[in-house]
Amino acid sequence: MNANRRALAGYGAILLVGGAAPFLFPNFMFQLAVLWIFILFALTWDTLGGQMGYNSLGNIVFFGAGMYISAIVQIGLYYDVGEYTAHYGAIKVDFTPEQYFTGLALGIGAAAVGCVIFAIVFGRIVFGLRGPYFAIGTLGVALAAGELVGTWEWVGAGGGIALPVYPGEPDARAQLFYYLSFVSAVLTFAFLKWLYSQRFGLAINAIRDDEEKAEGMGIHTLRYKTIGWSVAAFFLGISGALFGNMIGFVEPLEVAFPTVTFGIFMVVMVLLGGKGTLWGPVLGATLFHVIKETTWTYMLGWQWVALGALIIVNIVYFQQGILGWAQGKWPERFGIIVDEHRSAEQETR
Amino acid sequence: MASISSHMNGLIECQGVTKAFGGVVANNDITLNVPKGRITGLIGPNGSGKTTLFNSIVGYHPLDAGSIKFQGKEISRLRVTHIARMGLLRTFQQTRIYSKMNCVENMLISVPHRHETYRTMFSKYPPEVTERAEELLDYVGLYQKRFLISGDLSFGQQKLLEFAMALMNEPEVLLLDEPTAGINPTLINGLIDRLKRANEEMGVTLFVIEHNMRVIMNLAEHIYCLANGKLLADGRPEQIQKDHRVIDAYLGGRA
Repeated sequence: MNANRRALAGYGAILLVGGAAPFLFPNFMFQLAVLWIFILFALTWDTLGGQMGYNSLGNIVFFGAGMYISAIVQIGLYYDVGEYTAHYGAIKVDFTPEQYFTGLALGIGAAAVGCVIFAIVFGRIVFGLRGPYFAIGTLGVALAAGELVGTWEWVGAGGGIALPVYPGEPDARAQLFYYLSFVSAVLTFAFLKWLYSQRFGLAINAIRDDEEKAEGMGIHTLRYKTIGWSVAAFFLGISGALFGNMIGFVEPLEVAFPTVTFGIFMVVMVLLGGKGTLWGPVLGATLFHVIKETTWTYMLGWQWVALGALIIVNIVYFQQGILGWAQGKWPERFGIIVDEHRSAEQETR
Repeated sequence: MASISSHMNGLIECQGVTKAFGGVVANNDITLNVPKGRITGLIGPNGSGKTTLFNSIVGYHPLDAGSIKFQGKEISRLRVTHIARMGLLRTFQQTRIYSKMNCVENMLISVPHRHETYRTMFSKYPPEVTERAEELLDYVGLYQKRFLISGDLSFGQQKLLEFAMALMNEPEVLLLDEPTAGINPTLINGLIDRLKRANEEMGVTLFVIEHNMRVIMNLAEHIYCLANGKLLADGRPEQIQKDHRVIDAYLGGRA
């Protein structure tokens, strides 16, 4: 009861700070929005990488796909996309507030649904791979996606595509995207918390620990894997749509499919916080973002070296991440206990 | 080999099962029956093809020739998960459990997946399932350790957990690959007793590979002996014990 109340207070505090942040730190609104998106990245990466034991290096593909799907929907609702990208700057494009918000809402929805469809199709192909082959296979998909979109004239090829301009004040725009990022990260967390507490959670953990055994016990492994991957894709699609609109301009290699930055950050954040746990990714993403912003500000020129050092220390000394280490140190806090009762009957007596 | 008795209506019926890996014929024209409700043994020297036969039955690889029927249905072309859901389950020689999950979780996820629907995938376990899990953990003596991470248990305890997981799955037939290997000798009697009770009280048909002769003679009602991939002999334990072909195969026979 007490623990429950404490947990509730903790959640309340986080929601309160998250909700008030734009007013408390108005100058950092963009950074804070990115923090929520990073938390979403880490949470969704952990669904496969931590809970299911499938280390994907290609999750970024859903981020980019979501971004492009949203852009196409937002523009395509009112203009011809091919013409818009071909004549960029030459034809007049205007979006009324109503058009803008309708497009944004539909774009985000389409990004989420579209990415789930991608996930189901890709899943059929990549889930034939195990271990390091899965990692490399998914990395290949992400790299190929960036290159392919880069040659696709209809969506602007390597030149990219500009998103509709927000019809209002810059501050209001920043707030809107901050809150959308905040809400999506919170929803991702809440959904995954629920999902892991159902049979689904145990099934993907079983796949992680011994997939051959899981098959031998009759678990519908492919079905569970595809759903896990689709859940990650759904939320990553949303994050892509938001991030694209936040930046205002989508370009294939740096913004939409940044495999070696965001794509790797996802993994690092989870490893830092502790994979296979619910709070590890949140903790890891927050810590990572703070370290990243600090080094990018105060150690400019050395920021990648600092990041590399962090990864090495993490991998060599802290393989289990922060929460994994805590669980090893205080197992009883995590419910890993010997029950003194001799047997089931004795306890009920 | 006319002496090979064919029980009518085996729960598992293997007919001329042949499987080769490259030039090595691991199973050569094996015909045998596992009758419903009984305990059947499978013995043979190392490398005689026992585990290969188990793998063939549960669908780990396609057969080169022959047929395998379960409850009268041909299963030799079905996949592992499908066969498992029909109620034909195996345990592994090298014990396999979900090592980062605790014992209760290992048990819960081992429920039968025959009737799994999208609704049950996204729901919690009803309390009676958790009760059943704890009851079975109690049955194998792991109740007190049920919240410990299963990978931290001793090898023997992991083996007991794997057995409990198999029972949780409510199989029709359980294929046990060396259930007593690596278990403390004093615990072996307890395990034999539990296997017999699972057979009698829960009605699980058992098909057991075992190297420990004392165990298999105690346990099985009918024993098949393989050697060099072929079926060498079969019969009641006391017949097998006296069979000179079996003795030769084990002791490196005289010419």
